Amino acid sequence: MATAVAAIRPAGRQPRADAGDRRRSIVAFTVFVIGLLVVWEGVKFIGGTPWRAPGALPGSPVLWNPPFRFPFATDLTLPHVWNIFLAFGQPWQRGSETNVAEYLFGAALFTWRASAIGFALGAFLGLVLATIFVHSRLLERAFVPYVIASQTVPIVALAPLIVFAFGASVFSVVIIATYLTFFPVTIAMIRGLRSFDPRAMELMRSYAASPAAIYWKLRLPASLPYLFTALKISATAGIVGAIIGEGPGGIQEGLGRVIITFNQYYITGPEKLWAAIIATAILGITFYLIVRAAEILVLRGRSGTAET
Amino acid sequence: MNDQPVVRLTGVDKVFGRADAPKTTALEGIDLDIRRGEFVSLIGPSGCGKSTLLRIIGDLTSPTRGDVVVNGKPAERARRDRDYGMVFQAPVLFDWRTVEDNVKLPLEIQGAGGARREQRAKEMLELVELGDFLKHYPYQLSGGMQQRVAIARALAFEPAILLMDEPFGALDEMTRERMNSEVLRIWERTGTTVVFVTHSIPEAVFLSSRVVVMSARPGRITKVIDVDLPRPRSDDTRETRRYFELVTEVREALRRHGGTGDDDDELSLASPDRTMAEGAVG
Repeated sequence: MATAVAAIRPAGRQPRADAGDRRRSIVAFTVFVIGLLVVWEGVKFIGGTPWRAPGALPGSPVLWNPPFRFPFATDLTLPHVWNIFLAFGQPWQRGSETNVAEYLFGAALFTWRASAIGFALGAFLGLVLATIFVHSRLLERAFVPYVIASQTVPIVALAPLIVFAFGASVFSVVIIATYLTFFPVTIAMIRGLRSFDPRAMELMRSYAASPAAIYWKLRLPASLPYLFTALKISATAGIVGAIIGEGPGGIQEGLGRVIITFNQYYITGPEKLWAAIIATAILGITFYLIVRAAEILVLRGRSGTAET
Repeated sequence: MNDQPVVRLTGVDKVFGRADAPKTTALEGIDLDIRRGEFVSLIGPSGCGKSTLLRIIGDLTSPTRGDVVVNGKPAERARRDRDYGMVFQAPVLFDWRTVEDNVKLPLEIQGAGGARREQRAKEMLELVELGDFLKHYPYQLSGGMQQRVAIARALAFEPAILLMDEPFGALDEMTRERMNSEVLRIWERTGTTVVFVTHSIPEAVFLSSRVVVMSARPGRITKVIDVDLPRPRSDDTRETRRYFELVTEVREALRRHGGTGDDDDELSLASPDRTMAEGAVG
């Protein structure tokens, strides 16, 4: 049975990533990360600050004195990878019980929760708007320009207003994240909900299908690849947006505030800011991968699903 | 009751084009009765409006003039009553649904219960000999198998009329002949009225009880040929003298009213056993 199926499957239309593909992409990612670290430390080896033991204070013995002094490769601008790693274990603030890793984890969780709620609301709002627009050319023409205009206002300008109106709480971050995620979903779904095969629409017509049946059984399923493309953009945009919004909004608990704090104390501990950057990246990638996993799950069985 | 035609077309015209643009007359003065349980093929050169005629019967487009009565009611009413099963040239399967769920689609839309959906889908897929492929996705099937799923889907809700628009046009000749036999077997078992658009002469003759020959620009019915080949028909039917005579009759009818030479060429390409047929007759 299995071989019969394999035989009738047209060549070149294999289901997405099989095990081999996945292994290759993991290998490629690992090679990329190692390459990045090698270049990072290589530059410091040639033109960085004199090397000292990991975590050592200035004044301890010099282990290696690079021949050049590049301004962009000093310990202040480009700290050693191992020192960034060690920074995770340091107290986040002088005399604090909490170390940087725990502190960042708590902040990341706060930001993630706010942007995940905003993401869900934004996706829903985007879907509702797109659904309205594909059913009414008039409303589409009247309101899509405003949807687009809404995104030309920088979030940095908008965030303080939102916080002023709703208070410095999770709620404001949620609104900011919603504001940033609904747009890609709206635009992609206006397209996606029209991406069905026109002959499939004739088929539905021949069944005398109601508009609701056409929506749930044809338009929406056909649009899902578009939805997931938009959601992947929204997932990262929502997190970046939440972080940016937290800063000028004066919201204390999230990564945005942490980044500003570590920025202010950069001179005394540049590694902490780098640790925060890594935490932010991990958060963004994790959220993206969650959406990607949902995509693989939902779109399994379809041919020609985009591999990203 | 049984003498009443399933489809009655009277004076049907179809003109394309808006008021400000040059108009194209796709169909002119079409009168046609299709009786219950008949297998009628519409054949003609491309541009003769045979697909348009099928779409008018199925209320996927409306005629400019004339009457379309299906099962004693207007075509639109018949569509709302779900009297039609459609099969297009492409299978048009939903690639997010398994084979089984594709066949269930019209039943879901019509609000059939879960048990009945289950049972009909299984029956129909066994009828088209795809009983082992319920859980497969369309991309895992060959073109011929996908088209069989489309036929199973069209038959799932027992429509009064099956409308087929060049369903095997995209298949190779061997697959097409096999599919033709299969369609005949299904038609004989279900007794459904079939209207079948094709531009293959052998296909039309092999399948039909009547072949409706059309001419192009404007699309008119030029001849209706009764196919009196005995049933059940099999691959041997394709080698009988009467079969060749009928193929020739259809071809000559097409050529006499065929319009331009281009259209003739296309038709001869669509009938590879032309030389054989002429040899046998001559």
